[in-house]
Amino acid sequence: MKRRKMTAAACCLMITAVLSLSACGGRQAASVVIAGSTSVQPYVEVLAEEYARLRPDSVIDIQGGGSSAGITAVESDTAHIGMSSRNLKESERHLWKAEIAKDGLAIIVHPSNPVENLTRGQLRDVYTADVTNWSQLGGPDARIHIIAREEGSGTRSAFDDLVMAERRIAHGAIVQDSNGAVRQLVADDPYSIGFISLGLVDLGERPVKVVRIDGVAPTRESVLDAEYPLYRSFLFVAKEEPVGPARQFLDFIFSEAGRRLLTDEGLVAEDWIE
Amino acid sequence: MKKFKEKLSGRVFFALALSSISALALITVFIIVQGVPIIAEVGFVNFIFGMSWAPSHGEYGIFPMIIGSVTVTLGAAILGVPVGLCCAIFLSEFAPARLRNLFRPAIQLLAGIPSVVYGFWGLLFIVPFIRNVLGGPGLSILAGAVILAIMILPTVISISEVSILALPRQYKEGALALGLTHWQTIRSVILPSAKSGIVAAVILGVGRAIGETMAVIMVLGNAVAVPTSILDPVRTLTTNIGIEMGYASGPHRQALFATGIVLFVIIMALNSTAQYITRKK
Repeated sequence: MKRRKMTAAACCLMITAVLSLSACGGRQAASVVIAGSTSVQPYVEVLAEEYARLRPDSVIDIQGGGSSAGITAVESDTAHIGMSSRNLKESERHLWKAEIAKDGLAIIVHPSNPVENLTRGQLRDVYTADVTNWSQLGGPDARIHIIAREEGSGTRSAFDDLVMAERRIAHGAIVQDSNGAVRQLVADDPYSIGFISLGLVDLGERPVKVVRIDGVAPTRESVLDAEYPLYRSFLFVAKEEPVGPARQFLDFIFSEAGRRLLTDEGLVAEDWIE
Repeated sequence: MKKFKEKLSGRVFFALALSSISALALITVFIIVQGVPIIAEVGFVNFIFGMSWAPSHGEYGIFPMIIGSVTVTLGAAILGVPVGLCCAIFLSEFAPARLRNLFRPAIQLLAGIPSVVYGFWGLLFIVPFIRNVLGGPGLSILAGAVILAIMILPTVISISEVSILALPRQYKEGALALGLTHWQTIRSVILPSAKSGIVAAVILGVGRAIGETMAVIMVLGNAVAVPTSILDPVRTLTTNIGIEMGYASGPHRQALFATGIVLFVIIMALNSTAQYITRKK
């Protein structure tokens, strides 16, 4: 009886082993390894997908881990290119960098909301729940329904960096797990406020209203000029200026096709940076 | 030769049966290995009773989500169980055969609707209804409870109905022969005799509700705060995993697995209670 059990268990183990072996394998040597910010990652994945279509022989290996992990990976030669959604620190200034795009954050409210402008301080007070009624901001007498993104999302971390500083978003905030869901909810709920990627404001059936921040409306121009305060730079970082396959991928990103892809994905991409 | 074939087929079936058990073992071991380190690091009490969930600041307290799961599930039970039980009594005691043949498949169909469809429907109809009529953001405990109440109906109805139908005919015949009316028979003979099956039905329904993710992720609002009214948004244990798994890494991901452990324990406890109650009979 005991032996029979052992045989069966061994069978199971073998099946598992064969399956897991066949799952990995087939890795090619000459790949470009890109690692870093999970905010930048999805955009680079889109670029890599299109790049692989144009050059089927190319292998781009994209990993997450966060901006700091990406920069460390570049310094220790475990990645060719690092992705960063924050600016380089003093100790990292010796690295080569290129800004692939800017990511603007739009603050959106329901179209019926009369509030036109918020200061960054007011916005922070809304999200810490120090200000809880629209009448305190020149709007109707109604509770503010604050909508945030989930922990770990790049848009959330951008909002934390750019607006919240050291403060925390209130626990009572409604949490949605995509830009689209936030946009949909703000379009439906007259007393809500949310933040989404700038490029996604006009996508969707029903309109939302974009609030000016410190008097500046977010547009492609005001983000590129750094006049609008709520934006982040998406950087590519490397030990030295990339050559070979990494350079070719970089050239693709800064080509017209690459720029258009990034713009379609909701980022603000400058036409061509020398 | 024949004997060998018999033996072989026995072993093949045994191996296949074992593989389904080993799937359970594999998943259990995996979530425990992934989740336990963070519970040990944060501390069991801090993890279960911590009020603040902020993985980016290293805070992993899931108490608001336990409250969220309990309130939403309780709401679903309050709304769903009476309806389901009445439906089961109707089907087993009152309904003519033709009507029963219409109702049964319809209820089974209810169980076949994918949960994401329930959630989408809730988002488009129930949430705006609550927002416009009762106020608040609409995404709320109430919205989740209404949807889960509908989702647990098939479980509650079919298991209670089966347990009522399984009663010996003599119970009912005896009661009627003693001069009890039909309603008196149901109330004082049939329901008490079928009690354990009905309780099991409710527990399994509750287990279904507490484990549901997709339908409620869309309508609960997912705020990590202890609610003060049924119109407040809440987050349940399941939606915590569902909403944050996309970008979670390191300790954050471990904490989501740890949330899974808590959920696992709750559902195991519910299911074994249901089994214990049905066996005791």
